[in-house]
Amino acid sequence: MSSNYLDIIRPGINTTFQDKGRDHLYHIGIPFSGAMDNRNYLIANKLVNNNLDSSVIEFAYQGPHIKYSGEKINFAVTGDVIFSIKKKDTEIEGNCYESYQIENGDEINIISTNKSVYGYLAIGGEFDLKFQWNSCSINTKANIGSNDGKKLDVGQRINLKKINSNKDIKKTSYINTKIENIRVIKGTNFDYFSEEGKKIFYEKEFTVSKLSDRMGMRLEGPKIDNIVNTNIKSEGLIKGVIQVPADGNPIIMLSDHGTIGGYPKIGVVASVDYDRLVQMSPGSKVKFKEINLSDAETLFKLYEMETQNLISQI
Amino acid sequence: MIKNISNLGDAALYCDFGNEVNKSINSQVIKYFKTIKKKKFEGINNLTPSYNKLIISYDLKKTNFKEVKNYVENINAEDSIDTNSKKLEIPVCCHENFSMDIKRLEEILKLSREKILENFLNKEYFCYMTGFIAGMPFLGDLDENMQAQRLETPRVKVPKGSVALTEQFVNIYTFESPGGWNILGNTPLDVFDSSKEDKPNLINPGDTVIFKEITLDQYKNYNE
Repeated sequence: MSSNYLDIIRPGINTTFQDKGRDHLYHIGIPFSGAMDNRNYLIANKLVNNNLDSSVIEFAYQGPHIKYSGEKINFAVTGDVIFSIKKKDTEIEGNCYESYQIENGDEINIISTNKSVYGYLAIGGEFDLKFQWNSCSINTKANIGSNDGKKLDVGQRINLKKINSNKDIKKTSYINTKIENIRVIKGTNFDYFSEEGKKIFYEKEFTVSKLSDRMGMRLEGPKIDNIVNTNIKSEGLIKGVIQVPADGNPIIMLSDHGTIGGYPKIGVVASVDYDRLVQMSPGSKVKFKEINLSDAETLFKLYEMETQNLISQI
Repeated sequence: MIKNISNLGDAALYCDFGNEVNKSINSQVIKYFKTIKKKKFEGINNLTPSYNKLIISYDLKKTNFKEVKNYVENINAEDSIDTNSKKLEIPVCCHENFSMDIKRLEEILKLSREKILENFLNKEYFCYMTGFIAGMPFLGDLDENMQAQRLETPRVKVPKGSVALTEQFVNIYTFESPGGWNILGNTPLDVFDSSKEDKPNLINPGDTVIFKEITLDQYKNYNE
């Protein structure tokens, strides 16, 4: 038995283990999964001296309330998150992007994300998890990954296999920027839509629907009219693809998406904007802005360099 | 052959093999899929073959559209013909406990239950692709008089193992999921098993499947 463990007092709404995700499996119907907001996932691991591809706890909206038992250990929370740390007689408000040391009996209470969706809890060590296809990432729809592919539940105990010997406290001053315009590259069925429909897509505002999850983000707003066919022969999808079914409301494929689909693709979200897209909570307004392939590639390179800089400075 | 290559976003190649759905086009797709999969090009992280398209997605940190396109255009897909395709028999129980849409099919197809089963069972179906949900095979082709559209309102929950029809295709729901296909029966076989990491799918693109009818008793005793 492990002597260092976490007990889940309250699991939160959609709390799972995630890491870098799993690849080379689309052809059998298994999506990438992995942390939705990759940048915040990497920063969380760096703040607790973990390898960057270590497993973390991802939560959406309301996070978990956890009691820790064992030797001293570090943890950090990233995202735009409100949480508190309860030690014997005191309870303090925690700051994101700062690691804290906790000891036997301390509690972490992740109350909620703030005007965003996902947050990350990294523990300085290694969870004792079952991996599938080299990843712990939980896909609750297919029940794949650690924890039998199910979200974390109340009363559950999570053992730690290892604790980091490096217990340096770290801090960074990252601010999650919000974007109003999501940049998109024209989709392979762009010409299925009427001139009016195309104009609506690039000029009007859409609202993120409550029916959004790790599989997809549904949008509501003016209908996008299809003039060719509301179905195509089913074909592969990737994350970021924007499909428009017959009802005219766009759906953006996210990390746990179905691997094939039969609705026309009006656009694909540029990789540079994916981390920020997934953080848009229900009710947020979205506008799409067209971008060409070469600009999208350049902007992603810059974004990736910025991520590497952020991490190397921690 | 690939008719056209374009980009799907900034991290995938969209390889178009034609508009029709037939075995010969699909065999080309599968040939390219198997060749590229075997060669392990640095940066390609997923391949999704479908009826007549192949999506090749890549890690934009490692490569880009131009490099992958150039690689795919110069690949020789002929020299890697894989003869690994299997012929599989899938037991299916079409008892009324399972055939949730038989009445609907009788009405749409204007055929009796007996005739529908006769047309469906003991025939060879070709696996065009797997996916949507993990391990779900898309099999074809059904006779023309067996083709029905999807339900107008999809079910929120289709039971695991459901064998269902739409247009010229048959599929098997590998686990409980939403879905709008016409359910004809249920198989007790595990068509997807995530504990077998090297071979989670029973049915793979290029395989041939024959459905054999079993009784309700045989169904119940199948996994004992």
